[in-house]
Amino acid sequence: MKGSILFEAIVFLSGAVICVPLAKRLGLSSVLGYLLAGILIGPYVLGFVGEEGEDILHFAEFGVVMMLFLIGLEIEPKNFWGMRKTILGMGGTQVIGTMLLSYLGFSFFGYGWKVALTISMAVALSSTAITLQTIKEKRLLNTTYGASSFSILLFQDIIVILMLAVIPLLATSDPTASAAAHSNADHSALIDNLPIGLQTLAVILSVVTVVVTGRYLIVPLLRVVAMARVRELLTASALLIVLGITFLMQLVGLSPALGAFLGGVVLATSEFKHELESTLEPFKGLLLGLFFMAVGASINFIVIGEYPLLISGLVIGVILIKGIVLFAVGSLFKMKIDQKLLLTVGLAQIGEFAFVLLSFAYQLNILDTGQLDMMLVVTALTMTLAPILGLLNERFVLARIGTKKTEHGPIDHIAKSHKVILVGFGHFGSTVGRFLRASGVEATILDQDSNRVELLRKMGFDVYYGDATRLELLESAGISDAHILVCAIDDPDISIPLAKSLKEKFPDLKLMFRAKNRYDAYELLQLGIENVYRESLETSVKLAADVLHHMGHRKYTVHRQSQKFIQYDEESLRRLSDRPKSRKEYIFKVREEIQQQEKQLEEDLKRGIISDDRQWDTHEMQMSARKKSPPN
Amino acid sequence: MKRILILFAHPKFEQSKTNKALVCKVINREGVTFHDLYEHYPDFNIDVLREKKLLQQHDIVIWHHPFYWYNCPPLMKQWIDVVLEFGWAYGPDGNALKNKKCLNVITTGGSRELYCSEGNNHYSVNEFLRPFEQTARLCGMEYLPPFAVMGTHGISQPQLQRHAEQYDLLIWSLKTDAGFGALSDCSFLNDTPLLNKKNKL
Repeated sequence: MKGSILFEAIVFLSGAVICVPLAKRLGLSSVLGYLLAGILIGPYVLGFVGEEGEDILHFAEFGVVMMLFLIGLEIEPKNFWGMRKTILGMGGTQVIGTMLLSYLGFSFFGYGWKVALTISMAVALSSTAITLQTIKEKRLLNTTYGASSFSILLFQDIIVILMLAVIPLLATSDPTASAAAHSNADHSALIDNLPIGLQTLAVILSVVTVVVTGRYLIVPLLRVVAMARVRELLTASALLIVLGITFLMQLVGLSPALGAFLGGVVLATSEFKHELESTLEPFKGLLLGLFFMAVGASINFIVIGEYPLLISGLVIGVILIKGIVLFAVGSLFKMKIDQKLLLTVGLAQIGEFAFVLLSFAYQLNILDTGQLDMMLVVTALTMTLAPILGLLNERFVLARIGTKKTEHGPIDHIAKSHKVILVGFGHFGSTVGRFLRASGVEATILDQDSNRVELLRKMGFDVYYGDATRLELLESAGISDAHILVCAIDDPDISIPLAKSLKEKFPDLKLMFRAKNRYDAYELLQLGIENVYRESLETSVKLAADVLHHMGHRKYTVHRQSQKFIQYDEESLRRLSDRPKSRKEYIFKVREEIQQQEKQLEEDLKRGIISDDRQWDTHEMQMSARKKSPPN
Repeated sequence: MKRILILFAHPKFEQSKTNKALVCKVINREGVTFHDLYEHYPDFNIDVLREKKLLQQHDIVIWHHPFYWYNCPPLMKQWIDVVLEFGWAYGPDGNALKNKKCLNVITTGGSRELYCSEGNNHYSVNEFLRPFEQTARLCGMEYLPPFAVMGTHGISQPQLQRHAEQYDLLIWSLKTDAGFGALSDCSFLNDTPLLNKKNKL
């Protein structure tokens, strides 16, 4: 059985299913759970997975590509451009500083300069997969720590291309061996045979291709797919986009992760942003999990057993060097102490790119087998230790420093960060959205009609395509950070189930719902939704008031009358909704409606709409004055 | 302990530093009901029954508002129009408010010097407040002199803080009924020794 795909899948899946919830239960991050699962099923503990671990590692790197695509989706081009200084400044300082220190370190222990340089390149890189997964899990992407980690990682993604280009220059072996190695390495292909000028041109062209096709080909294509209204087609297109970018990038020798990130940024302003996010999210999660497990499984315990002191010394040394440089970078950019410590510990591991770099250098005969094995083990170990160190940092160091809480004034209740999600952007929803926008509130708008979405986007509204009854879509639209959700959908068959599931899953979210009529309003009220807006109430009362005005009534009196009427109607709605509704048969429902209307009219009569209005009324005063002074 | 109802009317509360400072100080005090009229009735559709019930539950009524065109903002006037009903608040059998205490707490942009026969505003604040005084009297209420924070256009933060503390002290004194009986003949409650004694400590 061993070796079959089915068996492997079962091993990996059960490893994940058992270890990750366990890690979560113990308060550890899921990354650590996956890594432990990998070690457990790896060749040195249970032995379910053997040599093929490395192939899986390569395959699972695709998860990192997908993650960067998703991150790109969340960053709009203008924000990306705004980050350029941090990316270059922090990233550059970190990479140069780390390379310098580790180069000196490795040279000091007697390694040749080529080996030391190659290793120092690998050491300078951190793990995007581990760090960003942890940051996202803890919702820290918007903190200084999150943003700086991201900038540094992005710079590393860019610089790795340069590193891969430089390494062949270090090779001393004859050009044929080098060329052979070249064609073996998975990152380089076609264009290596081209002269340098054309290579550069190909690289630029491919970047342009990603941007142009992203904007002018993929978005229209997605519109066509969305109109077909077949859900899995959207999933297929989302995968196609990421795979296509990866293929193109590998073709020209660029990092697929970087290309995917770029593709994501290009699509970040399109209406399919949230739909793509929610579609790719599970794939990314699974592939990343697989990646972490593969890392765990690739830890070579035999090497550790042979040189325990050397390996542990290297691991500690590497983490120290990276930590020191990161701390210095944090100080240089004036980060607060808690954020700085998070950064120091968060990025102090060697990343997944090291696997690629080191194997490549091995193929070029720069490293020997011993050095490769040793560094691979060190990389995997630092990756495993990273989440543990992060945990220790959080529990013991940061807990003592304590972060300052921001104080809020007692009356300052207009918080700009309040997030609003608006579902449905037809005639009703668009009026809601327009008024909100006119008041400076940008709601996240979702609509399912792809034609309308396209039109509204042309008119300048920030509308996203998607089916709001899918909770994953709402999640990628940021429902967990939202304070208010407005549902302006007219179809009660959609809005009422939506109300039900939202009430269940997000009890703290304020829900404001459009109701078509009294009956929908009853159902919504019975579901515990306080803010129900009947589209037929205010307008029809206004019309009736205008009729009364045309019949000769004074406008202000009619206005006050209609205010009372609406108030009364809302109260009666709430009263009647308390009773459990039996609506088994259509006839019964109709009879009930008639009875209800009669009852309403009757109560209106009893209330005596006109005579009850005692304000600005002199009748009583006159009566009383007459009583006092008897007629003479 | 007396219960206090602060009827607050400000059409643009979010922009008033002075009123924010005053309100912040007293809003959460025990025995005080802070009733923000513009927040409750943005459509001027005042719930008369609810307002009557609130009045019945309190011993002291404060009309707290900025002084616009020598008067209260329109919603406050609307409140007086619709809530103080004939036969309930005044007139025969109209004694629901009898023996309650009542006063204005106001903020004015101009300083106290401008409110006199020689100043731009020609009349004193007390003279402008006559309609309120008489309204209270007609309803059988005891009208106390106003508490006025004046000259808010050029007020400094420490000054403002002192006014807010005085307001707080005033509320406390009213609540505990600490010797206001004899003081109703001064023109401003701000000047009573009761509110100025503690400040010097």
